Amino acid sequence: MHLERSNLIYRWEKRVFPFLLLLPAFILIIGVVAYPIVRALWLSFHNYNPLKPHASEYTGFENYLKILRDSVFSIALRNSIFWIIGVVLFQFLGGLLGALILRQNFRGRSIVRGLSLIPWVTPSILIAIMWIWMLDGNYGIINDILLKLGIISKYIPWLAQKNTALPSVMIADIWRGIPFFAIMLLAAMEAIPEELYEAAKIDGAGPFKIFTHITWPLILPTVIITTMLRIIWTANHMDLILIMTDGGPGFSSLIIPLMSYHTAYKQLNFGYGATIAILQGLFLIIFISLYLRLLRKRGSIY
Amino acid sequence: MRKNQFFKYFTIFIWLSFILIPYIWMFITSIKSPNELYTFPLKYFPHKPTLEGYKLLIETTPFLSYMKNSIIVAIFTVIIALFVAILASYSFSRFDFKGKMPLSFIFLITQMFPAILLAIPLFLLMRNLGILNTPLSLILAHSTFAVPFSTWMITGFLNSIPRELDEAAQIDGCGKLGALRHVIIPVASPGIIAATIYIFIYSWNEFLYALTFTSDIRARTIPVGLHTFMGEYIIRWDLLTAGGVITGLPVIIFFMIIQKYLIKGLTEGAVKG
Repeated sequence: MHLERSNLIYRWEKRVFPFLLLLPAFILIIGVVAYPIVRALWLSFHNYNPLKPHASEYTGFENYLKILRDSVFSIALRNSIFWIIGVVLFQFLGGLLGALILRQNFRGRSIVRGLSLIPWVTPSILIAIMWIWMLDGNYGIINDILLKLGIISKYIPWLAQKNTALPSVMIADIWRGIPFFAIMLLAAMEAIPEELYEAAKIDGAGPFKIFTHITWPLILPTVIITTMLRIIWTANHMDLILIMTDGGPGFSSLIIPLMSYHTAYKQLNFGYGATIAILQGLFLIIFISLYLRLLRKRGSIY
Repeated sequence: MRKNQFFKYFTIFIWLSFILIPYIWMFITSIKSPNELYTFPLKYFPHKPTLEGYKLLIETTPFLSYMKNSIIVAIFTVIIALFVAILASYSFSRFDFKGKMPLSFIFLITQMFPAILLAIPLFLLMRNLGILNTPLSLILAHSTFAVPFSTWMITGFLNSIPRELDEAAQIDGCGKLGALRHVIIPVASPGIIAATIYIFIYSWNEFLYALTFTSDIRARTIPVGLHTFMGEYIIRWDLLTAGGVITGLPVIIFFMIIQKYLIKGLTEGAVKG
């Protein structure tokens, strides 16, 4: 009798209760993430227009084949690759520099660290407002400063020129991401035991040697994980481009997720828009698995 | 030595300027009068600072309605997401069960999908439910996307609380949920407050779902509202920067309050890797 009862409690605790606790989260995830993904797959095989939902037809792989022929898509793909590599590379380099600056011993350290992360919590709309205004072709402070320094000879409409639009938005996004990288790398650096540095100093190693032989190898796992998260985030996040240039002028700053948005909400072609978004998701999955496999081979993590 | 000291503070000064100048410039712009705003050559500091931009923003635009919507969405998102995340982290932190790893993996990958991939079908779902252009549609979406990271943060905090504590509570006659309510939640309150502010900031800032689900002042939140200002009129930079300052202030203040915990939650996972 007693045994049976405790068995029942055991089963309740092991099999039922923990799942009950997770139930609300999974109801949300199924409704707001899983179901929409299935629906997006369905959309990608139809020519769905939200204004004429009943006129939608099954079109097979037509949307997927259309991408192969779509010259705008190849522009967006090229821009996306340029955007991701440029943004993440410079965020990383700036972040590393920031981490080295913040690691020094100084008064007000924790306040400076807090202030450093402000761009990370600032809404995209605000970052866009600040940078559009600073980059303004007539009254922008950036033109004013560059002109005074003699770097440019006349004001440049940074966001309205084909060859400067995407790089200008990238600068805003790089600025926003550097502090995040800095804080992550800083945390990794602080996890390195002080004795290692002391030992290296006793052995007569200079700052550069200490960095390449101690700091860098030990922060590498964090570098790898942070970079991967950053790549995913940068690839998907299009708020800044949408607000600052909306992909223009022409298609000069269009990236894949923004093209998906335009296709769905401006051309009202939900089927094709969903197809583009699915391809974006697939690219990311392939990228992440290659990235992780490469790392496992090199034995950098795990 | 003194030279070193100077170099150190110089690098920190450069770093802080790099981060803060755009904010300072926005603030300065917001207190300039229009005729000082559009001058050539540029004048850096206002001759006569004015709050006219703020006044006009509140009196002549629907900014306050947007703000009301933002507050409603953020508060309900916090309530729902926090409830869901606390239960989930209690499960992850205190029970060993089959399928724990794959389930927590599912939490993680929800963060990796392109938002636009979900926004398109979600738009149709919200339309079928008849809640397009209502705060409810945003509350549902924001809650879901805020749950994984807040669960991660709270789980980290719960893991640092010794299990003996809730066992003692159970011996004293609390059930599992009683132990959660009367013992664990109070002890984990710093983590829960940090998660609360994280959820609030996430919802307050969110742009893409707000852009696609809302279409007028009944449901538009501040980020989308400010975005419409950029398209509707000739851009009024005094109003726009004033709106930016009002939008940014609560986030920055909240963040400075919890930055210690948020940084801890953010960096711990990645550093332990």
